Amino acid sequence: MTGQAASLRARAELLAAPLPPLLARADQLAGIVTMGEHGRRRAGMGADFWQYRPLQQGDSARDVDWRRSARGDTRFVRQHEWQVAQTVMMWVDRAASMRFASADALPSKDVRARLLALATAILLDRGGERVGLLGDGPAPRRGRAQVTRIAQALEHDEPGDYGLPAAAGMVAHGQAVMLSDFMGDFAPLQEALTAAADKGVRGVLVQVLDPAEEAFPFRGRTRFQSIGGSLSHETLKADALRPRYLERLRERKAALDGLARLTGWQYLCHHTDDSAVSALSWLWRAVDGGGTR
Amino acid sequence: MIPGLAFTTPWLLAVLAALPLLWLILRAVPPAPVRRRFPGVALLMGLRDSESVSDRTPWWLLLLRMLAVAAMIIGLAGPVLNPEPKRPAPDMPLLVVLDGGWPGAADWPAWRAVLDRVLAEAGRDARPVAALRLTTPERPEFRAAMGWRARLDGLAPQPWQPTSTMADAAIAALPEGPFETLWMSDGLAREERARLLAALERHGPVRVYESDRPVMALLPPAFDGQAVDLVVRRAGAGPAREVTVVAHGLDPAGVERVLARRTLELEAGGTEARGALTLPPELRARITRFRIDGVRSAGAVVLGDDTLRRREIALIAGADNREGLELLSPLHYLRQALAPTAELLEGALTDLLPANPDVVILADVGKLAPAERAALEEWTRGGGLLLRFAGPRLAASDLGRHNEDTLMPVRLRAGGRSVGGAMSWGAPKSLAPFPEDGPFAGLTPSDDVTVSAQVLAQPDPTLAERVIARLEDGTPLVTRKRLGAGQVVLMHVTANAEWSSLPLSGLFVRMLERLSAASLTDRPEAGAMAGQTWQPQRVLDGMGRLEDAGTLPGVPGEALLDAPLGPELRPGIYRSGERMIARHVADAQTPLAPAVWPARIPVAGMQARPEVPLGGYLLALAVALMLVDVLASLAVSGRLVPLRAVAGTLVLGLALAAVPVPRLAQGQGQAPDDADAFALAATGEVVLAHVVTGNARVNDIAQAGLRGLSRTLSLRTSVEPAAPMAVDLERDELAFFPFLYWPITPEQPMPSDAAYAKLNRYLRAGGMILFDTRDADIAGYGSASPNGRKLQQIAAPLDIPPLEPVPDDHVLTRTFYLLQDFPGRYAGGDVWVEAAPPDAEKIEGMPFRNLNDGVTPVVIGGNDWAAAWAMDARGNALYPVGRGGTGERQREIAFRFGVNLIMHVLTGNYKSDQVHVPALLERLGQ
Repeated sequence: MTGQAASLRARAELLAAPLPPLLARADQLAGIVTMGEHGRRRAGMGADFWQYRPLQQGDSARDVDWRRSARGDTRFVRQHEWQVAQTVMMWVDRAASMRFASADALPSKDVRARLLALATAILLDRGGERVGLLGDGPAPRRGRAQVTRIAQALEHDEPGDYGLPAAAGMVAHGQAVMLSDFMGDFAPLQEALTAAADKGVRGVLVQVLDPAEEAFPFRGRTRFQSIGGSLSHETLKADALRPRYLERLRERKAALDGLARLTGWQYLCHHTDDSAVSALSWLWRAVDGGGTR
Repeated sequence: MIPGLAFTTPWLLAVLAALPLLWLILRAVPPAPVRRRFPGVALLMGLRDSESVSDRTPWWLLLLRMLAVAAMIIGLAGPVLNPEPKRPAPDMPLLVVLDGGWPGAADWPAWRAVLDRVLAEAGRDARPVAALRLTTPERPEFRAAMGWRARLDGLAPQPWQPTSTMADAAIAALPEGPFETLWMSDGLAREERARLLAALERHGPVRVYESDRPVMALLPPAFDGQAVDLVVRRAGAGPAREVTVVAHGLDPAGVERVLARRTLELEAGGTEARGALTLPPELRARITRFRIDGVRSAGAVVLGDDTLRRREIALIAGADNREGLELLSPLHYLRQALAPTAELLEGALTDLLPANPDVVILADVGKLAPAERAALEEWTRGGGLLLRFAGPRLAASDLGRHNEDTLMPVRLRAGGRSVGGAMSWGAPKSLAPFPEDGPFAGLTPSDDVTVSAQVLAQPDPTLAERVIARLEDGTPLVTRKRLGAGQVVLMHVTANAEWSSLPLSGLFVRMLERLSAASLTDRPEAGAMAGQTWQPQRVLDGMGRLEDAGTLPGVPGEALLDAPLGPELRPGIYRSGERMIARHVADAQTPLAPAVWPARIPVAGMQARPEVPLGGYLLALAVALMLVDVLASLAVSGRLVPLRAVAGTLVLGLALAAVPVPRLAQGQGQAPDDADAFALAATGEVVLAHVVTGNARVNDIAQAGLRGLSRTLSLRTSVEPAAPMAVDLERDELAFFPFLYWPITPEQPMPSDAAYAKLNRYLRAGGMILFDTRDADIAGYGSASPNGRKLQQIAAPLDIPPLEPVPDDHVLTRTFYLLQDFPGRYAGGDVWVEAAPPDAEKIEGMPFRNLNDGVTPVVIGGNDWAAAWAMDARGNALYPVGRGGTGERQREIAFRFGVNLIMHVLTGNYKSDQVHVPALLERLGQ
């Protein structure tokens, strides 16, 4: 009995072992960006005082804040800040293509994507939002424990070379964050985003790319293989391919941007050699801004 | 099989047959691709290579590899170039006969190599070897070949050819018994060859080694007074080739160097090349030897002697020539006698002595000024020959009357004597035979030489030893005295035919020759050399090197010229007294013909190439090809590009490193070509120039202004300047420009110290700078205007004399036009020039002071002249001046000022001369 528990515990700890660093780094990152619980910056249901405003036609008398009104002739209504929890669903591509870093000094794309996702989750959690993972990840909930759950769920790699966006679990009128390199098939993504837009979901597309994928610094006779090995392409002069590759990459980015515009999402291309903080702050503003709109 | 090529292991070549197989194997292997994990491959799908590169190894790479393999196989098979054929050696001793004279010297190293090979061969066959040198015949002794090999290094050619006496001696010295003879012939035909060959053939077979190159000889140069005639001759016709003859000599520092070169053309089939070498006399006199460049042989060297020199003789006559009496001139006969063989200098003694002539001839000069005496004595003591002729003036002077004069060999008795004249007794005297030990020994006095008047020597104790020629009655005719390193010779007669008929005879010339007064241009005849002993100074060895003669004995004069060369008479420089004669190795009479051998005698060339094993080269080639293959393979698989980038970076780096060098150099000097081009442009014609300021617009105005001024000058005056130039003070040479226009801008950089040095040098050397502040002088030379301040700063380090505003009588007001003011675009400002000397006084009645000083180095004003002068290419004025007709008048005056200024620069103060006063007064209407 105790042996079983001990083994479970040991496995759990083993499982959780990678968590603290990721969590800690995500915490640290989140700490740079934001500042605790926050309101919606508009009047509504909530506990915090928002503003006094003069009594208008249609306001009931019980709404009048008499204490304030007694100081003058005008009757004032006390408004509270609208505080409502948003649901933010995240998808982090954990397929093989993300496990790529062109240099030892650079983090691989999935490390960066998970870090950004987790830090965003922490921020959102601190902001009182509900965070969940799309697909078979944890359902949206609040609380520190949810962050741990998300962290744990992010540890699992997905099979396949290129990740497919999971549309399942999209909460209507919620928000979504999708982090991937978007190198795979474009059609599933398009479908997923269109479906999400139909449900009134707004969101953010973050394309995480390695610098090598932007620069294509290859020459000579080369056989390119995807990380999973499912795709391969051989060329005799890699440098001759470069302009056409870059053209295709540009097209892909333009397609993503276009899709994002069409569905009311926002799109960011982030490189692993850029600072994570700037991406996070952009991400945070984008998600937050989505809420205030 | 290729001739001259053999293999040590020929069977290995069979492997070459496997090469086609290798071709098939190699050809199938494509270069391996690099594998890369790359997520972006999804975007690459479907992209095709634009260049269709086959995945097979390209044919040229295959060829390269095949060549490498083939080179390796052939290299391992041991190829040998020029393999030596094996010849059975006859079982008898070997006698090596060497000609050993100078004709073989040119190929001496090849001879030695052949000899070494022959000796090595003889050593392997255990044949005894003996050597016989025909130039120094000695009885040959057969010895082991190894012993001879050790002595090879000491073997040197002799500077003579074997003579028939030597050949006879050699025949007599031939050893008994049968032997094989190897004759190392120098390739020249000689009559004794046949005799010697017959004698040798009696003992056994004869083989001949002979050089394939014809023997070349440089003949003694002939000097005809203008040029040295060089002749190169070769034995036997050959292909056309160029021969360079080099003249060596001592430079003034005493170091031997090449003084001149002359390339002669030997035509195909011709045997002789001629060419003249023209040299200044000073250089010619320095030549010690001529040499055919690249030929090491005594025959290719001729030594310079007196025949090359033309002495410089200063002729000084006491009396002025009596006009019309040319034949009575004291110098006429001297000139006639000496002109063909010497450089004659005439003039004042003090002018001639610095030229350091070899001989000074004073014809009938009595008195010398003390300075002249001192200079002449110093020159004589330094080794000069002072030759004096008597004459009426000398006889009348008291020179050397009571005391012996330093510059006279004897004391003279007053008056002299005349014999055989209308007023005297006796007959004219003829010459006594010359003493045997004197300088005239060997000359025969002819009977038709008579002396009718002479000066007489006082019978002093030293007289007897100083007399070198007497008359038949014993009175001295020529006396001589040593003075320091030089000598003083007095002919007791005149240099013309007044006192004697000596100057009319050929003896006169001979006597002058013997006194070294005349130079030897032709070689003296044998008769004239009889009885003299010539001492060798430096002799040639067989290779044509000059050696000190050391203790070699002297040679009788008659033998020196004609006797065949040998151990007793070596080619070289011989000296007798003051004269030097070279005995040459080859002269025009030396027969130079190729030797002809009977058909039965095998003749081998000297130039047989030694065996060269080629295996190492081929293996090295194989390795090199493989290295190339590595690079080529990288290139084919596209991986050489980083290398190329590296190389490109290197090249770029080098280029960048190289590029600033000329820039830097420009800072100090300028690239020589640029400087030359600049100098040529600036000096081809008169060029006006302006100083480059920091302001492009001001530069343009200055350029246009000077263009306008140049144009005006060309139209109105005989000064026709070329297009004006811009001068960078830091970079360009200023000395070419008579005139610099310097517009002042406040932003102008201050010139560097070097530039100031250049400017000061320019001003001191007579250049003129026109400083123009272009501000209408509003501040009146205060420091109020920025241009004025800048001018003060710039001019402070300049070497500028005191200045004053142009006075009314300054030469600038009248060098071409008569002007009173000097407007530019602005009128009225003061113009400053160098101040007149304080003592210049105006003379009553004269319109201007006598100011005969130089050109003012600076003119300073602020009237912006360049803008007034400025013209475009069509001659239209660029900037307005004043208004309407008045303005045009002002521009005209500005141009006139420019013309006056340039005239002042170019003609100096010539218009300041009072000579022009009347014309000027007339022009001025006074």
